[in-house]
Amino acid sequence: MTEIARLAAETESAVANAQTLDALEEARLAVLGKKGWLSAALKELGALSPDERKARAQQLNEVKDRLGAALDARKAVLADAAIEARLKAETLDMTLPLSESAEQLGRIHPVSQVIDEITEIFAAMGFSIAEGPDIEDDFHNFTALNIPPEHPARQMQDTFYLPKRGSDGEQIVLRTHTSPVQVRTMRGGPPPYRIIVPGRTYRSDYDMTHTPMFHQVEGLVIDRATHMGHLKGVLTEFCKAFFETDKVKMRFRPSYFPFTEPSAEVDINCSREGGVLRVGEGNDWLEILGSGMVNPKVLEYCGLDPKEWQGFAFGMGIDRIAMLKYGIPDLRSFFDADLRWLKHYGFVPLDIPTLGQGVAR
Amino acid sequence: MKFTLAWLKSHLDTTASLDEIAAKLTAIGLEVEGIEDRAAIFAPFIVAEVKKAEQHPNADKLRVCEVFTGTETIQVVCGAPNARAGMKGIFAPAGSTVPGTQLLLKATTIRGVASNGMLCSEREMGLTDEHTGIIDLPLDTPVGMPMAKVFGLDDPVIEIKLTPNRGDCLGVRGIARDLAAAGLGTLKPYAVPNVKGSFKSAIGVTLDFPAGAENACPIFAGRYIRGVKNGPSPAWLQQRLKAIGLRPISALVDVTNFFTYDLGRPLHVFDAAKVKGNITARLAKNGEKLLALDGKDYTLDDSITVIADENGPEGLGGVMGGEHTGCSFETTDVFLESAWFDPVRTAATGRKLGIHSDARHRFERIVDPAFVVNGAEVGTQMILDLCGGEASEIVLAGKAPDWKKTVTLRPSRLLGLVGFDLPVTEQTRILESLGFTVTKQGDLLSVDVPSWRPDIDGEADLVEEIARQHGFDAIPAEPLPPLRAVPAPAVNAGQRRVRVARRALAARGLTEAVTYSFIHHAEAEVFGGGQEELRLVNPISADMDTMRPSILPGLIAAAKRNMDRGQMDVALFEIGPQYASVAMDGQSIVATGLRRGATGARHWRDRPRNVDGYDAKADALAALSAAGIDTAPLMVMDGAPGWYHPGRSGTLRLGPKTVLASFGELHPRVLQKLDIKGPVVAFEVWLDRIPASRGKAGVRTKPALKLSELQAVERDFAFIVDQAVPAETLLKAVRGSEKALIARASVFDIFAGAGIPEGKKSLAISVRLEPQQQTLTDAEIEAVAKKIVAAAEKACGATLRA
Repeated sequence: MTEIARLAAETESAVANAQTLDALEEARLAVLGKKGWLSAALKELGALSPDERKARAQQLNEVKDRLGAALDARKAVLADAAIEARLKAETLDMTLPLSESAEQLGRIHPVSQVIDEITEIFAAMGFSIAEGPDIEDDFHNFTALNIPPEHPARQMQDTFYLPKRGSDGEQIVLRTHTSPVQVRTMRGGPPPYRIIVPGRTYRSDYDMTHTPMFHQVEGLVIDRATHMGHLKGVLTEFCKAFFETDKVKMRFRPSYFPFTEPSAEVDINCSREGGVLRVGEGNDWLEILGSGMVNPKVLEYCGLDPKEWQGFAFGMGIDRIAMLKYGIPDLRSFFDADLRWLKHYGFVPLDIPTLGQGVAR
Repeated sequence: MKFTLAWLKSHLDTTASLDEIAAKLTAIGLEVEGIEDRAAIFAPFIVAEVKKAEQHPNADKLRVCEVFTGTETIQVVCGAPNARAGMKGIFAPAGSTVPGTQLLLKATTIRGVASNGMLCSEREMGLTDEHTGIIDLPLDTPVGMPMAKVFGLDDPVIEIKLTPNRGDCLGVRGIARDLAAAGLGTLKPYAVPNVKGSFKSAIGVTLDFPAGAENACPIFAGRYIRGVKNGPSPAWLQQRLKAIGLRPISALVDVTNFFTYDLGRPLHVFDAAKVKGNITARLAKNGEKLLALDGKDYTLDDSITVIADENGPEGLGGVMGGEHTGCSFETTDVFLESAWFDPVRTAATGRKLGIHSDARHRFERIVDPAFVVNGAEVGTQMILDLCGGEASEIVLAGKAPDWKKTVTLRPSRLLGLVGFDLPVTEQTRILESLGFTVTKQGDLLSVDVPSWRPDIDGEADLVEEIARQHGFDAIPAEPLPPLRAVPAPAVNAGQRRVRVARRALAARGLTEAVTYSFIHHAEAEVFGGGQEELRLVNPISADMDTMRPSILPGLIAAAKRNMDRGQMDVALFEIGPQYASVAMDGQSIVATGLRRGATGARHWRDRPRNVDGYDAKADALAALSAAGIDTAPLMVMDGAPGWYHPGRSGTLRLGPKTVLASFGELHPRVLQKLDIKGPVVAFEVWLDRIPASRGKAGVRTKPALKLSELQAVERDFAFIVDQAVPAETLLKAVRGSEKALIARASVFDIFAGAGIPEGKKSLAISVRLEPQQQTLTDAEIEAVAKKIVAAAEKACGATLRA
């Protein structure tokens, strides 16, 4: 056994026994460091004769490759073991609860969500949103809608009054319905119109099922040919899309509103089995909205010629259909801002209703 | 409006079932609210004969009876003193529930004797309060007959909800007419009697109204009937009245109530002996008083129609009679009134005096003006039939108001308005069966409106009559023709801002509330509102009497309610209207939010801190940013409204004048007044002050983006400035010192205290330089730094910290 072979064997044993990366490095330096025996042996090659040098260099390179491989292999093993050891020390209790992020915490009120849903559906049918003031005058809220001062229909709505009179002597009121926006729309520019009007409305009523403020959405279509069949079509499509069921049945019942002629109340089928209200099932009926063909007198009040223009209007309680759709029991709780209620019945902010994704949650 | 099935059938010849009638009523717009089938309630109880009644062996006051029901003989123990063999009574079998007591009867043993049912008193059957003995029926009553039939209670009661235009259906005959026109039978002919008067009425009638008020009572028909014998009305009449919830009073009064419901024709009877002199229909004098039939005293004014005699008002025209001239069992001479009263005035009187009577209900919905004399005729005939006596000639004052109307109908309008068509013959048939007179004139129909349908005044009304009688089920459901394949957006720029801002605020952890638009006036005053013109005349309560000048008081109240429930950390917002005046432009849309308490619950990782004005600032900026505003150039200034803490609040402005938002801590005095514990921070963003984007609508292309390939450089500066110097002043100076190079300047540290002179603070600023042309040399960087320092010194006396 030559000296080199002996040293190589010693080194191999040291490498194999190295327990740390430091010990391994020490072993490497003893061979390949500046003062390592292999480095020294390689340096001595220059003093040899060409023939001897060739043979010796081949032998030394073989040893160098072998030891290098052994060092690398051992290094990989030790590095891996070091990671294993580190992993053992590095643990976190991932069961620890985190605080909710802002977008998980925030909520959209059911009224806003449902208005967005309604908007999506009517947008698809070519409607746009119109708005008007909450503080109205008698003319827009009543007179132009064919509700004269002493009409019994004014007693159907308990109006909130404000003390001042408008510039034209009109009594100032809080709008009792969104219908004055019909008047503002028709007086504001020429037909055709295809609008919906979501908004706050006010009536002097406060009990289990009434709040002095509530939300309505008004619909108005005026052109030269729209008839009650279109009203039925639009409302049927709306209900199917809104409640996301093709099963929903609708019933149009003759009724009376001063601003429409003919007038219809619209019921949808529901089941009340077990005290739980389910829309689109069963054989009971539930009234959800009032509608009809715009009364020619209203068209005249708004400066439109009833011989030329016609169309339909409807009005629906937003809070009410929100309650129906999402099973919310008490109207009064809508306006109480109870965080527990809002967290439960509200909607997460990024859950934006679209027709593409569906409008039911 | 309530009526019974038999009552309806007295006018309508029909074979339709109750269910069919109910369905049709709703289908033609006379919505059924409820049906009470009393025969079902009384089904278990039948007429039975007492075969034997023997003394109970173990009880003095009890008898053991054998009761024959027609099919079997049953033993019952009975305690009634009138129980005797041979009588006929009402038997309740074991297993039935006694209506008057709601007790379930069980077969039992009473003092050792078996008892399998009960003989009932009127009280036990829920008929009257009579309980001295068991029901003792006439001996010819057939055994086994259902009790409901014996008492006339087998007649189902139907209640319909009438729309205010259908005064004609406030009489059973009107309902029958509607049903007949809808094909549910035929309307029976109605013969108005012509009662011959045998003498001249001792009481005359005059109408005495000032010019302009003649319509208050344009026609009054009266009749004097002498020698009547008043008393309880016959059973059939009492049963009908009771069935619809009216209390039978006496034959004379019951007659008037009968016609109120039968024909929708209110009548009134005066005890003629109590009427002094003649009767005048006139307006009341201010301050006149009347004790009405409801037992209440009313003080009248000159807007109210009264029926008066020489003693003064004896009745409220169209509303209620007076107590003084009311009829009693002693009445022998009666004066019958059939008049017509103005709907508007009647309604106003009723509202003013707070009287809801059947008469008012009808007159304010317009009673048939052509049936006034007929009303007197039918009333007289029934009084003569029930009470005997002798009738005078009719006294008639005035004449019926003009009610005649002719409307032209284009039969094609049915299809045009409603979407389905019917032959002209069918359209005509429907109208005629409703009482219209139809004359064909070429392609048009000339339609005379009957006197009882004042609600019809245009072509659309006739179309509705035809459509509703045929049935709205025939209306086809058609889609609206699309305006284009893909519809245009439904919301405008302003509406879009509101929608996006709402989502953005919720995404910041705020919860959306919807609070009332009206608040307590004292709270409104704290927030710059409460002016008279925004105070409701008729609020629900003082808490909701004033239109809100700001959404904040509502949110503060909401926060308090949540705190009362133990939710101490509150983050709420609302986007909605607030009101500066009653004018159109007084209403604005404001995104308002409030944070109270800590940023969260105690947490092992995210240590909560109290909310501060910077949270509110961040919320306001987020809302503005979502609303499409580039927030970088916004000016941050003071000048927030008085409800903010003056030193810890600010405004965000677009230019020095346009305030887009206020934010900050709320003023401690406001917290005190509204009784809420801080810290409370808030923001208000005026979404409709955001200017509409300039240029054409639609997609705006983004400006070209220039990205520099060159190495950016960050340099830090620590400036010493006076405590009062706003950071914004320093940052603005720094940014402006070399606009082409400085991409960003931001504060990364603020320090005051050791090492910093009294009254000064250190602001550490990081500046990022982004060269566009060539990489910066050290000399160039040094030159920029000098400019920055110079600008800082010039703007706010800043010096570099040593």
